[in-house]
Amino acid sequence: MGTLLHGVEGYMYPNEVELQWSVLIVLYPYITGLVAGAFILASLERVFKVEAVKPTYRLALLVALAFLLVAPLPLQLHLGHPERSFEMYLTPHRSSAMAMFGFVYLWYLMIVLLMEIWLDYRKNIVEWAETGTGLKRWIYRILTLGSRNVSAAALRVDDRVGYFITLIGVPSAFLLHGYVGFIFGSIKANPWWSTPLMPVVFIFSAMVSGIAAVLLLYMLTSKLRRTPIDMRCVDTIGRYLLYTFVIDFSLEMLDLVHRLYEADESLRALDFMVHTRLFFSQVILQIFIGTLLPIALLGLTQIVKLSEGARKAIYVAAGSVTMISIFAMRWNVVIGGQLFSKSFLGYTSYKMAFATREGLLPAIILVLLPFLILYVLVKLLPPWPKREAAV
Amino acid sequence: MKDFLRSIEHLLRVVLLLALGVIGFLVVRRMVIPAEFGKYGHFRPAALDEIRAHPVKFAGRQACEACHSDQADVKSKGKHANLGCEACHGALARHAEDPGSLVPKLPDTAVLCARCHEANQAKPKSFPQVKTAEHSSGLACNTCHKPHDPRIGG
Repeated sequence: MGTLLHGVEGYMYPNEVELQWSVLIVLYPYITGLVAGAFILASLERVFKVEAVKPTYRLALLVALAFLLVAPLPLQLHLGHPERSFEMYLTPHRSSAMAMFGFVYLWYLMIVLLMEIWLDYRKNIVEWAETGTGLKRWIYRILTLGSRNVSAAALRVDDRVGYFITLIGVPSAFLLHGYVGFIFGSIKANPWWSTPLMPVVFIFSAMVSGIAAVLLLYMLTSKLRRTPIDMRCVDTIGRYLLYTFVIDFSLEMLDLVHRLYEADESLRALDFMVHTRLFFSQVILQIFIGTLLPIALLGLTQIVKLSEGARKAIYVAAGSVTMISIFAMRWNVVIGGQLFSKSFLGYTSYKMAFATREGLLPAIILVLLPFLILYVLVKLLPPWPKREAAV
Repeated sequence: MKDFLRSIEHLLRVVLLLALGVIGFLVVRRMVIPAEFGKYGHFRPAALDEIRAHPVKFAGRQACEACHSDQADVKSKGKHANLGCEACHGALARHAEDPGSLVPKLPDTAVLCARCHEANQAKPKSFPQVKTAEHSSGLACNTCHKPHDPRIGG
């Protein structure tokens, strides 16, 4: 207790001194956001007919799947007893928003994402089941579900059903991440979280981070495969990143202006926090470096005619700081919301451990794990034409 | 019609697989959910009997005072009058049952007193609290304060 109190300032209720939601709970909305964002980017091609982003369509779906598989792990590690998570489905607690998230997750994984990937790859899977060798051949055979039905009529049906699934997938992606925002936004005891804007802000920040992640991964994988980057594609993604970022930033500013004008009893405490404990992570990292800088950089590509190299450099720089910015945003929401006392007269601090169950090390592993899964998925289901994949 | 069915044959397999998954889930659910789950609330009714079967660990103040009335008298006049005996001495149902089977150890006051009286900004000002490291120069608290009536000289 003595050591904990070093970080405490002012009047803090005893149960608020130690933060209960650690860096792992920061990862939860971050990873789920990447899933929703990547899927929405994929839907641009499928539903909104933005042909230019086609080269990233399959990659975006695989990115969404890789991150979705990891999304529940931070929660399970935080809560302990992962074997009990199945009970959420057996005896659902309908009044708990967090428990019902299990169903939102299951719906999104089984009906939306897996179905869409399967339908899109089915023709290839059937081909690979015939031409593949060894273990891969067996995996592809299982994935065909015993059907080699790739007639023109069957593929037409696949295309239509795939379109329909993407169509319901877009609101599902909004639901998935809006739900994460809802879980925070509905906590009425915490003025930092309790705003109906929270789900909307979460959806747009999710789109920003997902689009940036796919943009970076597309550029990286193109570089690794030594294939030229489709500039029309990255220019279009860059433009969409800019649009969503502007909307996201406007919503966050709207929230800020609303809080300032409303000026309820929590304002002074929150204002103090933003100027002290969250100054670096919120003002410097999230707003200036993470939001205004990429918006300015991406805006530059729209105003000035830049060379291909300069545009690529801008996309990499803007994408990278965007990823940091959205992580900082999640950090400021989750950790920031626990740094002040409900008395509005005291503040605590968060000291991250390293090699503990909820420390920095498991957080790093959980961030790297989706990339490992993505590597396996890309090997199994190459998102680009086979001849290019041979490099 | 036949052509149409042939063109959606693979989708029927998916539907079948999903249906099998749902049926499997429902079967597992039926098998593993305890009988009468939810009868009194979102828990197993049998859990109540299991909890009831736990041996009682605390004797309760009245049981202590039945034998230790001298200490109870001292305590009733001091600031700690409203504290339960076992809050400091620990759970002693076994001792109350058969005094010889478990002889309680006197708590170490240096640890015990600090649990409540270590200075902490979150505590009300009116609550007696000290920085133990500075307050007693390493002396045990009960050198000056007798826990049953902690006034100096009490």
